[in-house]
Amino acid sequence: MIIYTLSFYLFSTIAVLSALMVISSKNSVHSVLFLILSFVNAAGLFVLLGAEFLAMILLVVYVGAVAVLFLFVVMMLDINYIKLREGFLQYLPFGVLLGIVLIVELGIAFFTETFSEMSLVEYAQMPEITITENTKLLGFVLYTKYFYLFQISGIILLVAMIGSITLTLRQREISKKQIISDQNNADASKAIIKKKIKLREGI
Amino acid sequence: MTSDFSLMNDIIAPGSIIIAQIMAVIVPVLVSVAFLVYAERKVLALIQLRRGPNIVGPFGILQSFADALKLLTKENIIPSGSNKIVFILAPIITMVLSLAAWAVIPFAPGWVVSDINVGVMYLFAVSSLSIYGVIMAGWASNSKYPFLGALRSAAQMVSYEVSIGFVIITVLLCVGSLNLTKIVEAQTTVWFAIPLLPMFIVFFISALAETNRLPFDLPEDEATLVAGFFTEYSSASFALFFLAEYASMILMSAMTVILFLGGWLPPFDIFPFNVVPGIIWFTAKIIFILFLFIWVRGTFPRYRYDQLMRLGWKIFLPLSLFWVVVTASFLTIFDMVPG
Repeated sequence: MIIYTLSFYLFSTIAVLSALMVISSKNSVHSVLFLILSFVNAAGLFVLLGAEFLAMILLVVYVGAVAVLFLFVVMMLDINYIKLREGFLQYLPFGVLLGIVLIVELGIAFFTETFSEMSLVEYAQMPEITITENTKLLGFVLYTKYFYLFQISGIILLVAMIGSITLTLRQREISKKQIISDQNNADASKAIIKKKIKLREGI
Repeated sequence: MTSDFSLMNDIIAPGSIIIAQIMAVIVPVLVSVAFLVYAERKVLALIQLRRGPNIVGPFGILQSFADALKLLTKENIIPSGSNKIVFILAPIITMVLSLAAWAVIPFAPGWVVSDINVGVMYLFAVSSLSIYGVIMAGWASNSKYPFLGALRSAAQMVSYEVSIGFVIITVLLCVGSLNLTKIVEAQTTVWFAIPLLPMFIVFFISALAETNRLPFDLPEDEATLVAGFFTEYSSASFALFFLAEYASMILMSAMTVILFLGGWLPPFDIFPFNVVPGIIWFTAKIIFILFLFIWVRGTFPRYRYDQLMRLGWKIFLPLSLFWVVVTASFLTIFDMVPG
């Protein structure tokens, strides 16, 4: 069991340290790479909890797709670091406020037993698992108990997708779009025209 | 420390078993990479009516080892304008990821380092992570061609991952489990390549794109991008990229075999076939798929970039999505849903 304890400390230490590096490193691409490292370690923590499906989904969706696009955007940006640091003091109170709210909420989740019998963490503990694989269990819960919520979240994603497409889609005047069937139907007799050009006149 | 903790029982004994298992998987993979490179050069030579490597060792079989030795003794050049840490990390990450995936591959009944419940998801996750090696290499080189190659590669891998995901879902629908051993065992009656033939083809082509192989090797398109994302790499770090590319080729072949060609199962469960051990069937099938990889390389011209994207998003994605619906409906109507 010592190996599990050691790996817990390994994963959590790296996760926390890389999260710190996300906000403190000077190069924004490094920040994103540290964010990815933090995600991977969070996935390791999920595995230790026995939530292997969540761990893999975290890797596939967040690390494999979302963070890639994020990295893309950050690489393309031309960021002026000195200008970024300018407004630091101006935004500081807002950041501190957000942090305080987060800490208070976490505290409520853990220490509610001072007001009632059990804390929120204990109240929301995992139910007795009858099916062994948590993939099946998740599917079972998602498609029965939370079916409507699941569908609604799907629709929200669809709306977001359509929204972003309509925002970026623009019909250009001269479209350079390729029409495959036209290309396949093209033949030499239509493509080439012979012209007799008079000297010093051009076409 | 608690009293029931003992260094021998808790760390050294399980640790050494794990390391031995890892070595038993990684060493054959790395050796087979060397022979795959040789086989590729030889097959391509035969396709193009040449002789191929024939100097080093009998039939030139030691050519790859000579090349590896040559690469490792060369000077490792790090461009002065590069981002050094990321530049060095990129090939290491690529290599580690292409080897890490082998942990869940079942070679024969019970022959697997880690028989986890979400084996397919793990493979999918690792193959989607391998994009980082490419992006980091392209960005850290601080040079035009590598960066363009990395951007192409990222877009290409993200696009084809989507259809690979749907293909995996169709297989999972027929199995009812994400465990790779169970996926192989579910193909005892019929290999999934037969009922799911279109998905098999989509998966194979997407595997070509996912491993950046011809006809989809635009990230390292030598005619336009010099050598793509590893233009600036030399010596050992180049060797790592090279090894990783071929290791992930073998990995994708192994994945194809497990998902569609029945893994270690013999084609028919009758006398002459079922006495052959599973590992030999598994290896033979992997070699067949690898031969297809090389054959495709020797036969097809490179795709243009917009054609590649069109194939991924406008043909494979709708087709695989359609097949997910068809398979699910079929299984439900005929009451064949497993598990």
